[in-house]
Amino acid sequence: MKEETEEIKWLEEEPEETLSVNPKRFILWLFIVSILMLFASFTSAYLVRRAEGNWLDFVMPPVFAYSTGVLIVSSITMHWAYLAAKKDNFNALRIAITVTFVLGMIFLYMQFQGWVELVKSDVYFVGNPAGSFIYVFTGMHAFHLISGLIVLVFALVAAFRLRIHAKSLDQIHIATVYWHFLDILWLYLFFFLLYFH
Amino acid sequence: MATESAVSTLSVHDAEHDHHEELSFWRKYIFAEDHKTIAKQYLISGIVWAIIGISFSVMFRLQLGFPQMKLEFLRPIIGNWIDESGKLDPNFYLALVTMHGTIMVFFVLTAGLSGTFSNFLIPLQVGARDMASGFLNMLSYWFFFLASMLMFVSLFLETGPAAGGWVVYPPLSALPQAHMGSELGMTLWLSSMALFIVSQLLGGINYITTVINLRTRGMSFSKLPLTIWAFFLTAILGLISFPVLLSAALLLIFDRSFGTSFFLSEIYIAGEALPNVGGSPILFQHLFWFLGHPEVYIVMLPALGITSEIIATNSRKPIFGYRAMIASMMGIAFLAFIVWAHHMFVTGMNPFLGSVFMFLTLIIAVPSAVKAFNYITTLWRGNIRFTPAMLFSIGLVSFFISGGVTGLILGNSALDIQLHDTYFVVAHFHLVMGASSAFGLLAGVYHWFPKMFGRMMNEKLGYIHFWLTFIGIYCIFFPMHYIGIAGFPRRYYAFSANDFTKNIFHDMNAFISVMAIVTFSAQFLFLYNFVYSLIKGKKATQNPWQSNTLEWTTPIVPGHGNWPGEIPAVYRWPYDYSKPGAKDDFIPQNVPYSATPESNLPHENELISLEKAIEAQNYNDQFKQPH
Repeated sequence: MKEETEEIKWLEEEPEETLSVNPKRFILWLFIVSILMLFASFTSAYLVRRAEGNWLDFVMPPVFAYSTGVLIVSSITMHWAYLAAKKDNFNALRIAITVTFVLGMIFLYMQFQGWVELVKSDVYFVGNPAGSFIYVFTGMHAFHLISGLIVLVFALVAAFRLRIHAKSLDQIHIATVYWHFLDILWLYLFFFLLYFH
Repeated sequence: MATESAVSTLSVHDAEHDHHEELSFWRKYIFAEDHKTIAKQYLISGIVWAIIGISFSVMFRLQLGFPQMKLEFLRPIIGNWIDESGKLDPNFYLALVTMHGTIMVFFVLTAGLSGTFSNFLIPLQVGARDMASGFLNMLSYWFFFLASMLMFVSLFLETGPAAGGWVVYPPLSALPQAHMGSELGMTLWLSSMALFIVSQLLGGINYITTVINLRTRGMSFSKLPLTIWAFFLTAILGLISFPVLLSAALLLIFDRSFGTSFFLSEIYIAGEALPNVGGSPILFQHLFWFLGHPEVYIVMLPALGITSEIIATNSRKPIFGYRAMIASMMGIAFLAFIVWAHHMFVTGMNPFLGSVFMFLTLIIAVPSAVKAFNYITTLWRGNIRFTPAMLFSIGLVSFFISGGVTGLILGNSALDIQLHDTYFVVAHFHLVMGASSAFGLLAGVYHWFPKMFGRMMNEKLGYIHFWLTFIGIYCIFFPMHYIGIAGFPRRYYAFSANDFTKNIFHDMNAFISVMAIVTFSAQFLFLYNFVYSLIKGKKATQNPWQSNTLEWTTPIVPGHGNWPGEIPAVYRWPYDYSKPGAKDDFIPQNVPYSATPESNLPHENELISLEKAIEAQNYNDQFKQPH
């Protein structure tokens, strides 16, 4: 009994360990916070403006739903890439990154088709803010997705130069987290638009 | 045995050092990744901007104080903005006011203050080799430089720089037809601010990461100097609020350049309706002030942090209420996000909502008062050394209190409706935020100049600079309260139109302008002192202020990596000044309790057993990783 209490006392007095996360991964999370704030601000501006009335009602083009599916699949392939890197399976790693990249491009093309559909149904960037906001949301997300594609290209190059392996996972980790974040960000925007249009 | 291993790691480090080839001039001084060089770049840029920004205020003060004056002598500087009769062009007056605000708030007190001291002090005080990412840090400065260049270029446009006030409310800022400043000047303003925000985000992300991940052994959050706490919270504020300003700026850019109507609705110009329908100008104000209010604390908190450090050091006393200081800074940082609408009491907002924001706003007085009392109680019966840095810090506390008290008046929505956009507001925020954080900046420069450049600044010039500036600033802003209560609106070119302003307060306005000129001239003393001390100042010793924090354990001019060999471990808080029983009146943070048995308190003696564990802790030493 006495020993036990002494041990507990010792545990309590242990000096606090300085937290050491990998700084590069930490930087990524802070970037994500700032991007999140940007979109939080866009969507709350949307809500404030919508509450004032004079709001254009229109149907979201179905292509946005399909593109959502594509992006979810790309997230799965990205995760496959991460697992492959963990197991030093270089072929699978290269294929998975490439597939994710292609799916990302397809997603971008489908978003563009979404814009074409919107224009066909007389919803323009210039006009009622209800329409303008959709273009801003999709456009800003696409802009960030392009940055995600650039990250993927770097990861692919690194994969071919054998710089990503089980003992050096930082780069693929960052690319994966960022890609998942872009996926979740789009899901948020998509369901937000569905619910509040 | 411990010393033996320390020696061996030390020699390993030295070996690692040797194959760092000498950096070229460009990599060392221009595109530098070293946090100390970047801090100096920010400092110099901030000083240049401050001269420009304050000289603008002197120009419009001439107009306000002496409306009949012939300003021909300004023609060589601002050219045709002085018209044939020798008067200042009213359009350019608006541009001067706008640019003064923009430059001082963003380029001097945000970039110049945070940029300089967060960069310089965070790695040195937490015990790190450099920032988490030197590359991002370099990008941060060069984005700021680009932003500066765009803003600078906009000053020379034929249509003038942005002129809709530093808050750039639409529709005035959104429609080029509204004012000549809303043409190219506004476009450049927005582009410059977008780059500026990117720069601040890159910088802030680095500051947060460094504080969390690169602290040395034993440097727990409860042993961080208050400066670091302040910079840390400032960076978090920036990280959360600057993206919101970016979104507002982007939507405004779309409105201006692509014809969308986020902020525009039903506007007639010369009898013709504009096509924009359905926007809301109030929406912009919400987005703007969601940044704009935290921005006040982004400017203020670093200055308060610097003051805490300087006042404790020069009172030779522990800071009073260390934890209360941290808690009140956290309180201020949190409240900063939920009070923005007190800038918008006159936008026709629901009075109930107004009273909620009023209530939240007035709560800020509590943590602010805690801080003010803590400064005063730290000074109380201290063994005060009146260095120039100390004088400026005390001056800051004085401004913070006298400006803060009028904040209570303005925070009341009923009173604010009367005082909104008068000189009362101008007086309030210049004292509480402008002058105090400028004093924080100056105090910081006087205090850390020896660490930055290895030389001391001249004290006599520092004293003269302080008294002229301190008295000057009170003479400028105290009378402004009266002018504001009398109903004089801010941003007006002349007061000849209203009966209640036509015939009064000429003398007071003239007095304010004279004092503004005196105070501005006094700043050249500082400039002279800065340049002179840089070249010919007295050589600094390693720890000239006998201070406790880690930066004074580095060599007099720290090189790349800050500490030759091992980074010191930290065993105690940074405020062990005048500890009873101790040999000296200060015990640096890296002195273990086992070395000071004469001054240890009973609970500190118990901590001696933990010193081995602290030394064995893991920490991110960037020199141990390949870089």
